[in-house]
Amino acid sequence: MTQSFRLENVGLINREKKLSFKFNGKSYYGFEGDTLASALIANGVHLIGRSFKYHRPRGFFGAGVDEPYAIVQLYRNGETEPNIKATEQELFEGLEATSVNCWPSVNFDIGAINNFLRIFLPAGFYYKTFMWPKSFWYKVYEPFIRKAAGLGIASIKHDKERYEHKYEYCDLLIAGSGPSGLASAYAAAKNGARVILAEDKARFGGTLLTSEVNIGNKSGKEWAEGIIAELKEMPNVTVKNRSQVFGYYDHNMLVMSERISDHLPKTKKFHPKQKLWYIRAKEVLISSGSIERPLVFGNNDTPGVMLSSAAKEYLKVYGVLVGRNPLIFTNNDSGYETAIEFKKNGVDPVILDTRKDPQSEIVDEAKNLGINIKFSYVVVAAQGYKKVKSADIAKISEDKERLGSVENIKCDCICVSGFWTPTIHLASQSGNKTKFNEDIDAFVPGLSKQNETTLGAANGCYTLNETLKTSFQTAHELSKKITNNDKKISFPNVVEKKSTIHDKFWCVPLPKGKNYKRFLDFQNDVAVSDIEIALKEGYRSIEHVKRYTTLGMATDQGKTSNLNGLQLVSRIENKVVPNVGHTTFRPPYTPVSIGAIVGREVGKHSKPTRKSPMHKWHEQNNAIFVDAGVWLRPRYYKQGNENLFEGSKREAKNVRTNVGVCDVTTLGKIDIKGPDAAELLNRVYTNAWLKLPVGKARYGVMLREDGIVMDDGTTTRISENHYHMTTTTAQAANVLSHLEYYLQLVWPELNVNVVSTTEQWAGAAVAGPKSRDLLQKLFPKSDVSNEGLPFMGFIEGDLFGVKARIFRISFSGELAYEVNVESDNGNFMWEKIMEVGQEFKIQPYGTEALSTLRIEMGHVAGSELDGRTIPYDNSLEGLLSKKKDFIGKRSLNREAFIAEDRQKIVGVVPLDKKTSIPEGSHLVKDSNATLPNPKLGYISASCWSVEHDNPFSLAILKNGKNMIGEKLFVMSPLKNKVIPVEIVSSHYVDPKGERVRS
Amino acid sequence: MLHIKCPHCGMRSQNEFSYGGDASVKRPELGKEISNQDWDSFVYNRKSLRGKHWELWQHLSGCRQWIKVERDTATHEIFNTLKANEEIL
Repeated sequence: MTQSFRLENVGLINREKKLSFKFNGKSYYGFEGDTLASALIANGVHLIGRSFKYHRPRGFFGAGVDEPYAIVQLYRNGETEPNIKATEQELFEGLEATSVNCWPSVNFDIGAINNFLRIFLPAGFYYKTFMWPKSFWYKVYEPFIRKAAGLGIASIKHDKERYEHKYEYCDLLIAGSGPSGLASAYAAAKNGARVILAEDKARFGGTLLTSEVNIGNKSGKEWAEGIIAELKEMPNVTVKNRSQVFGYYDHNMLVMSERISDHLPKTKKFHPKQKLWYIRAKEVLISSGSIERPLVFGNNDTPGVMLSSAAKEYLKVYGVLVGRNPLIFTNNDSGYETAIEFKKNGVDPVILDTRKDPQSEIVDEAKNLGINIKFSYVVVAAQGYKKVKSADIAKISEDKERLGSVENIKCDCICVSGFWTPTIHLASQSGNKTKFNEDIDAFVPGLSKQNETTLGAANGCYTLNETLKTSFQTAHELSKKITNNDKKISFPNVVEKKSTIHDKFWCVPLPKGKNYKRFLDFQNDVAVSDIEIALKEGYRSIEHVKRYTTLGMATDQGKTSNLNGLQLVSRIENKVVPNVGHTTFRPPYTPVSIGAIVGREVGKHSKPTRKSPMHKWHEQNNAIFVDAGVWLRPRYYKQGNENLFEGSKREAKNVRTNVGVCDVTTLGKIDIKGPDAAELLNRVYTNAWLKLPVGKARYGVMLREDGIVMDDGTTTRISENHYHMTTTTAQAANVLSHLEYYLQLVWPELNVNVVSTTEQWAGAAVAGPKSRDLLQKLFPKSDVSNEGLPFMGFIEGDLFGVKARIFRISFSGELAYEVNVESDNGNFMWEKIMEVGQEFKIQPYGTEALSTLRIEMGHVAGSELDGRTIPYDNSLEGLLSKKKDFIGKRSLNREAFIAEDRQKIVGVVPLDKKTSIPEGSHLVKDSNATLPNPKLGYISASCWSVEHDNPFSLAILKNGKNMIGEKLFVMSPLKNKVIPVEIVSSHYVDPKGERVRS
Repeated sequence: MLHIKCPHCGMRSQNEFSYGGDASVKRPELGKEISNQDWDSFVYNRKSLRGKHWELWQHLSGCRQWIKVERDTATHEIFNTLKANEEIL
């Protein structure tokens, strides 16, 4: 294919570099510097998709971020991405894209039947029609609507690309590199401020690239290039193109997405695809410019109808003609600029100006060039289906109510200009209450809410001279405030064509007997008639009209449609626009890929992974790991073809018969020091702590103020004023915060310091009847006899030259010890234990065996201390001191907590002694009762008791105290199981606790 | 994301902090008689204010100090921050 609409010697593209690409399977060529849109138009392709609701043909409407139509599915380097604007996607070699929202093809789309049924598809059609029968919704209506709608398909493959996050601080963040952005960046940078200048497009300069102006004896483009070149060299300036500041959040935090690799065939090695910048700026300058407003007339969505500024940009930046027979329809001078550019390139345009007799330099210039101008003329309707073929035009009366006789003129595109709408999204997001400016018929920012200032066209200022002046001045003042420098820039001489005010006309009346669709929202297919229906049906608030008609709710967020919608509502309602008000602007300003938002926190990186110092040993010894919070812990050590059940059973059994060793490094450890340490413990734990001797450990339970158990663990008195607290793995961080809260805010008079030492100590639990024999060999110099180191005792020992702490505590219910060494020596300790333990048939055991051992012993853990149970529920009421007060004590006498039939922990054994009981199952009296079957309790933890060789579970059961011996049913609707069970004591093994003391 | 001035460390982003609720709540003294109603209101009852509100935050990923922050719950404006031992005026 030849690029038959490409001009020679015009534009900023690199003609040296030809790029091939495919659209809907067909091959084309473009140049480096093209967008997909400009390259397609250069090839004469104007049909790009189908509309959302009526499936009407869609072409190009804009040339950038405001584009409502040209949304494609992109294929790049084996990946696919939906919702890509062809006007923003830069061309690269091998790019492939397809149309969305059409089937079977963009040329012949079945859904277009909606277009002929449109009389049946007015505003609210879906709400009204698919209401009944109700059963049809899931199976018939929804799948159908879903298939018919949508803007492309999200990839279901794992995204291999990398996305980065970056945090940055600056004095001034400047959003937009048009005239005001460049001027303010330059002035602030020269005054020593740290500046970030962000430009959404690939090229800096904004409108300076396309307008015929002169700044300091240079063309606008040359001036822009000069400023950018200088800024890039300055160390205090960061200049970013392809970067959209899309959200303005609290405390001057803005978020910007930088598209680093989207314009390349594939991402370079070690580069991210996109980067999300979190920027905390002292001051924000919003120089986001303005978007041209459409004029509304019949069939104004036909491909070939586009914004006149877009036509000019395609011509001047890309050297592409959007048509050879253009019709310019305008209510202001902007349309003339486009017409003059056409004329200069040998194309004869016709201008229809709604104004009667405008007087300005540029109108005279157009006249002098011999351009055919028709004043007081409007386009009544575009004709043509897949592309504009002609236009029905007519003279319009001075009051803009009546049309003259309709004529038809040939044209292949209609460039519309209904004046300009400031891009106030960022200002509005910051909390700025916008105000209506009558002169430009649009909202502009009002009083600043945060440290933001809006400049230039975004502030409704449409003259270059004024824009540059205020930008230089504002940036100088703001930077002076921050840097205390006072370096001023000399203001350049500016030459621009003066323009007159626009005509306050935006919607062409329908000619008699015609019922053309006049579209307001081009992406969601909202027409003038839809708004009229919504108002007729009683919708008044603009927010309700928006939701009922979906005006402005498409992915372009109404960038081209909002104001015209407001104008219409205000006209019908006989109100002025400011009284109608605009809908809320919310971030993001443009769609942001989910990948960029997530950043690198995907998969394994979604949270940190903590490993114990013995992790490598576990890996080398076939440990199967399990996530325990952020820790990775061995679940069991696989031998041969063992599964989890077999492996953990073997390990648990070995603990009961010989000796096992378990990595308990993950337990939370808090070092507590100070003269009031005992007093603190006495207040946070439910039992008494003041008399714990040095060298002894004690088990403690701590509550929240509402009486619910928060955590449990042992705390050891290392020396007079020094304690070592352990917490459960999961609650370690919360317990530390809890202690800090009371020490800093509630009892600051207590002289105590707390610090986490979880990472400083590696821990190994050595458990089993032979553990003492093993310990004696590990610490030959220490007395570890029952007298030398009794239950709950603590000594320090020498482990082959390494200092160790030995605690005689037990989680498994066996004779057991916990050995701690400094983390760096953890692996040494572990290897020594394994080496010396060989003669005692030692085996390492994982969390599964650990659970089995504690469950059959009836020791509570996280599954019972789940934030819903009080000490009594866990049979821990013996630990509640009656003599002293402690955190949460006052709550324990609440009515429900002291009820006779209060829930309590019990043991559960299946009657057949074979069927495993699923955790989370419910306990009921009668398995055949009518629903809802009253729930008496729930299974909190299940295991296969190695002591009894049958399944055993713990349950929290209503009136558990009096239920021992009862026969109940366990029901698990999830696993479809009903199991008859007997309730037994929760202490299934060694109920008197003799082993730990042996 | 809020920008909170830690009285110990200076301006830091919200993600270094964790929220701790109403700063004006005073824990009843240990061991002192207290009515059910007063205790319940200490444990459970909190005003959900719109506007200025003194609240607790902990500089969790920083100095680990609990601090008092006067914040507007509607606009997120922060007026003042105090150390744990400084009284709210």
